[in-house]
Amino acid sequence: MSAKTLRIAGVTRTFPGQGRAAPTLALQPTDLVVQPGEFVAILGPSGCGKSTLLRIVAGLDQPTAGSVTLDGAAVRDPGPDRGMVFQSYTLFPWLTVAQNIRFGLAERGVPEAEQRAIVERFIARTGLRGFENHWPRQLSGGMQQRCALARALANDPEILLLDEPFGALDHQTRELMQELLLEIWEADRKTVLFVTHDIDEAIFLANRVVVMSARPGRIKAEVPVALPHPRDWTMKTTPGFAALKARLMGEIREEVRKAAAA
Amino acid sequence: MKPLAPISAGARVVLGAGFFVLFVLAWGAATWSGWVPPLFLASPERTLRAGWSLLTEFGFAGDIAITIWRVFGGFAIAAVLGVPLGLMMGAFKPVEAFFEPFISFARYLPASAFIPLLILWAGVGEAQKLSVIFIGSFFQVVMMVAVIAGATRMDLVEAAYTLGARAGGVVKRVIIPSAAPQVMETLRLVLGWAWTYVIVAELIGATSGIGHMIMDSQRLLDTGQMIFGIVVIGVIGLVTDFLFKALNRRLFPWAVL
Repeated sequence: MSAKTLRIAGVTRTFPGQGRAAPTLALQPTDLVVQPGEFVAILGPSGCGKSTLLRIVAGLDQPTAGSVTLDGAAVRDPGPDRGMVFQSYTLFPWLTVAQNIRFGLAERGVPEAEQRAIVERFIARTGLRGFENHWPRQLSGGMQQRCALARALANDPEILLLDEPFGALDHQTRELMQELLLEIWEADRKTVLFVTHDIDEAIFLANRVVVMSARPGRIKAEVPVALPHPRDWTMKTTPGFAALKARLMGEIREEVRKAAAA
Repeated sequence: MKPLAPISAGARVVLGAGFFVLFVLAWGAATWSGWVPPLFLASPERTLRAGWSLLTEFGFAGDIAITIWRVFGGFAIAAVLGVPLGLMMGAFKPVEAFFEPFISFARYLPASAFIPLLILWAGVGEAQKLSVIFIGSFFQVVMMVAVIAGATRMDLVEAAYTLGARAGGVVKRVIIPSAAPQVMETLRLVLGWAWTYVIVAELIGATSGIGHMIMDSQRLLDTGQMIFGIVVIGVIGLVTDFLFKALNRRLFPWAVL
C-alpha cells in the first residue's frame, strides 16, 4: 500500500506558440490532492489537457506555474516512485517480456536473485506465464499493455500513472484489462491516477472521478464513486453505476460540445 | 503483377539468377558475334581464362587479399571512431551542434581528391590507402549514425525515465540498442562505398592490389584481365553484403519480421 500524498497546487501549462502564433493555454490553474491508496480517474474530452497534467506529475513535462509534491517533496524530474503506463506501446522492442519487466530493477541496482523473483511474481500476476522470452512484436496489444503494467509495478512505485493505457485496445480486451487492473489495485491499494475519456472505465475503476473541462482544461467537477469493492463486470449493470454514468455523461457532453465548437 | 504483393523465396532466387544469366548472354552475344572487337571488350570465356592465368601465374590472389585488407582496415577505423561519435551527436544536441556543420562540410569532400595530398603526407604505402578509405567512410558514418540515434522513439526514452533511468542509462539501454540494427545497415552500405575508394586509391601510386592490376592490364590492353578484376570486386561485395545481412539477422532477432 502507498503511503504518500500527491498534491497538485495551481499547476498551469502554456505551450509557446510556433512562430508568430499566440501561445496556447492547455491547463488552467489546477489543484488536486490524491490520498494514499486512492484510485482517481481524470475524465475529459480529447485535447482537454488531462494527459498534460499526468505528464507533469510524471515529471516528463514542466508546469508553467504551480507545483507538484509527493509527500512534501517537489516533483521536477521523472523517477521510479511514479510508474507510468502510456497509451502507445512502449515496451523496449529489443528486450523480451521478462527483460522489459526487469528494466527498472536493473537500473536501480536491485540484486539479481531479487530481480528474478520480482519478475516471476509480476509475470504470474499479469497472466504472462509462458511468454517470458517472447519479443514484444510477438505479443497482442493487450499482452503488451499487461507487460507494460507489470514493468511499472515491478518497480514498486508510490503512485501509478496511467495515460489511457487501454485506449488502443479493442472493447473486449479493454474490459478484461480493466478487471485485471482492478484486481491488482484491490490487492495492493496502490495510489493510481488514471487518465481516460471513457466514462464506464472511469466509474468502474475509480474511487473518485475528476471531470475536466474542454481546453483550456480545468477541473469542473469531482464525483466520488461510492460503489463497493471488490467490483466485477456485473457492477456495470447496477442502478448505482447507471446513476453515476448519467451524471458524468451530462458533464462530459457539455464539454465535448464546447470542444467541437472551439 | 499486383503492387507490393510478396513473392516466394524460390521465385526470388530464380528471378535474381535469371538476370545474371541474361546479362552474360548479352555480353557473349556482343563479343562472340564480333560486333564488339576484343580490343574493347573481352568475351566471357576469354575473361575467365584471363582470370585463371592471373590467379595461377601472376599471384592475383595476393592482390585480392591486400585489397580486402585495405578495405576492411580503413572501414574498421572509420567505424570504430565514427559510430561512437555519431551516437553521441544523436543523443546530445550540444555535441551535435558542435560537430554537425563541420562534418556536413567534410562529407562532401571527395576522398579521391585527397589522394595527391595523402601521397605527399603518407607516401604510397598502406597508411595512404587506409587514409583514403577512412576519409571516404568516416564522415558518412558519423552523419548517418547521428541521424539514426537522434530519431530514437521519444516515448521509449520517456518510459525509461519513468522506470528510473538517468541520462547514462537512457543512452546505454535505450538509444544504443534501438539504433543498433540501423547502424549495422549503415555500415553495410558504407562498406560498399569503401570498395569504390580502395580501387581509386590503388589506381594511383600502388604496387599491389586489384586496382593496381587493372591499371597494369590497361597498359597491355588486356580487357579480359580488367573485366575479371572488376567482377572479382563485385563478387566480394556480394558476399560481404550477404554475410552482413546474415549477421544482422542473428544479432537482432527482435527487429526482423
